[in-house]
Amino acid sequence: MKARITITLKPGVLDPQGKAIEGALHALGFDGVDGVRQGKFIEVEVTENDPERARAEIERMCEQLLANTIIENYAYELEAA
Amino acid sequence: MTGAAGVVPEPEGLSEELVAEHGINAEEYERLLAELGREPTITELGVFSVMWSEHCSYKSSRIWLKKLPTTGPQVIQGPGENAGVVSLGDGQAAVFKMESHNHPSFIEPYQGAATGVGGIMRDVFTMGARPVANMNALRFGSPSHPKTRHLVSGVVSGIGDYGNCMGVPTIGGETNFDPRYNDNILVNAMCVGLVDANRIFKSAAKGVGLPVVYVGSKTGRDGIHGATMASAEFDESSEEKRPTVQVGDPFTEKLLLEACLELMNEDVIIAIQDMGAAGLTSSSVEMADKGGVGIDLDLDLVPMREEGMTAYEMLLSESQERMLMVLKPGSEPVAERIFKKWELDFAVIGVTTDTGHFVARHGGVVEANIPLPALAHAAPVYERPYEKREPLPVIAPGDVQAPPSILSALERLLGSPHLSSRRWIYEQYDHMVMADTVQRPGGDAGVVRVHGTDKGLAISCDVTPRYCAADPFEGGKQAVAECWRNLTATGAKPLAITDCLNFGNPERPEIMGQFVGAIEGMAEACNVLHFPVVSGNVSLYNETNGVAIPPTPAVGGVGLIADISQMADMALKAEGDVLLVLGAEAGHLGQSIYMSVMEDRLEGAPPPVDLGKERATGDLIRGFIKAGTVNAVHDVSDGGLLVAIAEMALAGKRGVDLEAAPEWLPAHAIWFGEDQTRYVVTAAPNHVDTIKDVASVYDVPVRVLGTVGGDTMTLPGEAPLPLGMLRAAYEDWLPRFMTRG
Amino acid sequence: MKASIIVFPGSNCDRDAAVALRSAMGSAPNMVWHGDSELPDSDLILLPGGFSYGDYLRSGAMAAHSPIMREVVRRAKAGTPVLGICNGFQVLTEAGLLPGVLMRNATLRFICKDVLLKVERIDTPFARHYTPGQVVRIPIAHKDGSYFADPATLHLLENENRIAFRYCEHDGTVTDAANPNGSSDNIAGIYNETGTVLGMMPHPERLIDPAQSGTDGAKMFSSLVETLH
Repeated sequence: MKARITITLKPGVLDPQGKAIEGALHALGFDGVDGVRQGKFIEVEVTENDPERARAEIERMCEQLLANTIIENYAYELEAA
Repeated sequence: MTGAAGVVPEPEGLSEELVAEHGINAEEYERLLAELGREPTITELGVFSVMWSEHCSYKSSRIWLKKLPTTGPQVIQGPGENAGVVSLGDGQAAVFKMESHNHPSFIEPYQGAATGVGGIMRDVFTMGARPVANMNALRFGSPSHPKTRHLVSGVVSGIGDYGNCMGVPTIGGETNFDPRYNDNILVNAMCVGLVDANRIFKSAAKGVGLPVVYVGSKTGRDGIHGATMASAEFDESSEEKRPTVQVGDPFTEKLLLEACLELMNEDVIIAIQDMGAAGLTSSSVEMADKGGVGIDLDLDLVPMREEGMTAYEMLLSESQERMLMVLKPGSEPVAERIFKKWELDFAVIGVTTDTGHFVARHGGVVEANIPLPALAHAAPVYERPYEKREPLPVIAPGDVQAPPSILSALERLLGSPHLSSRRWIYEQYDHMVMADTVQRPGGDAGVVRVHGTDKGLAISCDVTPRYCAADPFEGGKQAVAECWRNLTATGAKPLAITDCLNFGNPERPEIMGQFVGAIEGMAEACNVLHFPVVSGNVSLYNETNGVAIPPTPAVGGVGLIADISQMADMALKAEGDVLLVLGAEAGHLGQSIYMSVMEDRLEGAPPPVDLGKERATGDLIRGFIKAGTVNAVHDVSDGGLLVAIAEMALAGKRGVDLEAAPEWLPAHAIWFGEDQTRYVVTAAPNHVDTIKDVASVYDVPVRVLGTVGGDTMTLPGEAPLPLGMLRAAYEDWLPRFMTRG
Repeated sequence: MKASIIVFPGSNCDRDAAVALRSAMGSAPNMVWHGDSELPDSDLILLPGGFSYGDYLRSGAMAAHSPIMREVVRRAKAGTPVLGICNGFQVLTEAGLLPGVLMRNATLRFICKDVLLKVERIDTPFARHYTPGQVVRIPIAHKDGSYFADPATLHLLENENRIAFRYCEHDGTVTDAANPNGSSDNIAGIYNETGTVLGMMPHPERLIDPAQSGTDGAKMFSSLVETLH
C-alpha cells in the first residue's frame, strides 16, 4: 500500500520559512494571503496489504522518525498501491 | 570483450538538423565521418558532440593556452590532470583548481552553484588530496536588475550548503556587480587540497584487461548535454533548459570523499577520474586515451536511478557525485567493501582493452565503437580570427572632478556596491571548519594552516574585469599581479595559479582579441613573477543576444607561509604606529572605482603594471614581514589608497590621523587613484627609518601617511569621520540590498 | 581519561574535536563508527558537529536512530558525561537525552561567526574552568540552531538551572540583538537534569589555540580532563 504523509508544524510553533513565503507572496501582489505554514510531504510504499496493520506501521514510522512530535503534527492517507 | 572493436553499429541515417542540434557544424561533421569511416549512430553523435564541444576540447582556446608558463621547480603537476599540484616542501603538496559553472548557475542559481562547488572538490580529491579550503569568484549584474537579488541569494546559499555540508571551509573570494553580467553571471569555484607528494593519483589507465569501476551515486537523466549547453550562447529559450540542470547531493559527496581517501590508502588504484561534464563519456575517454588503451563499457551494469534510459542518455548524463576508477585486477573486493561501508554504489562496468577503441554496449547491442584518437585528439582546433582594440587614452587626474570632501567621498565609496563589505556572503559559508583557518575572509587572502604543522597556505582569487574590458593585456597582467600581491601581503611566497578564463563568443574577432590579449598579459606576468599556471578552465560563449560579458580571466593563487607566527594581516595593531605607503604614486584615475561611483563613468586606460617593480616591491614586503619590521600590511587595489587605509582601520577597530596629501597631484588622485604595485604598512616609529633605508635599496618609494590612533579618520581641513559611521556605510549596503523587496 | 567520539556518515567536525581532546588529554580519543553497537569504555562521549545524513528529514533525526545511539543513551542515563556540539546537540534532542528542538535560524540563513556567550553555570564537568557569568567568545556555524521548547520546558530549564550558555553582549547582558538565530531565551546550550549531558550550538573546539584567534574553547576541554582524568 502507499501512504501519503503530511508533516506540519504544530500551531503556535514559530515558522520562519512560512513567514518568508508569506512575505514573498505579498511582494508578488497576493495581498489576500495570510497564515502561511510550510511542512513536508513524504510518500512511502509498504508491502503490508492489511489497511489496519499498515496504518499502525505508518503511525509508528511517524512517531519514531518522520515527525518530531515536540513541534510537528502528522497526517496521512493510505491507498492501495 | 576485446572482440567488440570489430563490431560496427548500425548507422541510423541522422538528419542535418539533428547533427546541428548537437553543436556540430557541417565542416566538423565531414571530419567526424572521415574519422569514423562511416555514419555515426545517434549515441556516437552524442559522444562526439560532448567530446568535441568547446568545454571538453578547448578548440578555440587551445593554441593560445600554450603561451602560459606551466613549469617551475615548485610544480609537481601542471595542466592536463584533474588539478594542478605544487610542492610545499617536507613531502607535502597542494592540489588546486578553479572551474566555472556559469550557465547552470544563471538558469538555476542554487543547484548550479552547488554542483560547481561539488565538481571542483571532486577534481581535487580525485588526485588523492583532502580538500582544505574553498574560494569563489562571483560576478553578478547590476544591483538594480530585477534578477540580481534572486541570483545572489541562490548562488550564495548553493555554495554555502554544499561546502558547509562537506566540512571544507570557504575562506574567501570576490564578488562584483556590473550591468554587463546582467544576463550572464559568473560563478567560478576554486578548491585547494593537501596531499603527500608521493601519493598523488592520476588518470592514465595504463594496462589491458583491467577492471573499470563505477562508484558513487546512481545515474539519472541529470544535465544531459550540460557540456554542450556550456558551449552555446544564451537566448530567450534558455530558461526552458531548467530540467537538465544537475542536482547536487553534498552528503553523498562527503561519503564519496571519505571512501575514496580510504581506498587510496590501499595500493589498488591505477587510475581515477571524476565524472564531471560529459560524465561517463569524458571520464572513460580521458582515462583510456591517457593510458594508451581501449575501453569497453557494458552499460547494463551501470547503477541506475531511473528506468528506461538509453545508451545515449547514460553516456551523456551529468548526474553528480560519481567517479570512475581503473583498479588492479583482483582488488575489486577490497574496493567494494569500502564503498559498501560508506553506503555508496559500486559496480564493475567494463574493462580496458588493446583495441584503442571506445566501445559502449547496451542490451547486447554495440551502441558506440569509436577509435579513441578521434574523440580525444581529432577535435578541430581553431585559430579563430581576432582583432585587438586600440589602447584607450590615459585620463589625466585633473579630468576627473574633485569631491567637495575627501572623507565623505570615502564614505560614499565604501558604501557602494563595489567596495562594501561582503560579510553577508561569507558568514553563510562555514569558514572555520577543520579548525585550521588562521586568516578568515575579509582580508587580502584567506590562510589555512597545513594541518599538524606551522606552515600556512595563503589563497586568493583576483581579476579586475573593468580593467580587462578597457585593455585585455594590461588587465590580464594586473589579475596575476594582484593575486601575487595579495598573497605577498600575508607574508606568503606565491607558488602558482589556476585560472578560469571567462569570455564571450570566440567566433567574434573582437572577443577573440580580448582572449588573446588577456592570455598574453597573464603570460608576461606569470613569467616575470615566477608564478606558473598549473590548472585551469576556459568558459566561452558568456553572452546573450550578442552582448558579451567583460573579459574576466579570474586568477586563483596559492602561496606558502613558512611559519604562521610570522604571518601578516591588514588590521591596525597599536596606537602610535606609523602608517606608510610603499610604491610609486601617479594618481591614475582612469577605470577607477572613484570615477565609476562619483561620475558614473568608466573611461580611459586602466593603470599599468610594471612587473619588475612588482617583484621587487613584493620581495621587499615579504622581507619586512618575516623580519617583524611591519605589523600590518594591505595591498592597495580597488578604490585606491584611502580605501585601503579605511579597510585597515575597520579591521583593527582603530582610527588614523592622516597628513595632507602631497601637492604635486590633485588630492583626490592621491587618495583614490588606483596605481598598482603599492602596499600600505604600519610599523612602530623606531622601525620607520629601517623601512625607508631598505626600500631605497630596492628603489621603492616610501611615504609616511600618518599615525594610528583614536576612533576617527582625520585629514587636515576636514571634519573627522568617526569609524562607526564608516563601518555603518561599509557594512550596511549588502544586507540592506538583499533584504529589500 | 578515555574519550570516544561518535562518527556518523556526514559528521565533519569529528577531527576538530579529536584534535581539541588530544591536546587537552595528551592522548587520542577513540573514533567510533555509528554502525558499531559496541562502545569502548569511556569517561566522555562526544557527538561532533557536521551534517549527519546530510541533515535530511531533520537535523540529527536519522543519526539519533543509528545503532550506536542505543548504547550512548544507556551510558548517558548511567551517568557518563556526553557532549553534543552543533549537530551533536541536534542528535541529543532527537534522541530524547535533552528537551526541545533546534529549528531553522530566524534569518533562514546559515550563520558562521564568533558569538559571545554568558556562562550560566560552572558546577559541571564541562565548565569548571570558566567563572560564573563569564563572557566567552566561541564561533557558531549552523543553519538549524534556533532552540525551541514549550513554555513549560523553558520554565523547567530555568528553575532547575539547566541553561549552560546564553548568547549575550560584551557586558554579559542578554539581548535580542545578541541572539544570532532566534533561540528561545537566547539559549545556546543546555544540560540534562544531572548536569552530565551538555548540548550546545557553538563550537568550543574551534578556538583552542592562539593561531585560531582565541582560546576560550580550550577551557571546556581542560575542565573535562581535570574532572574526568
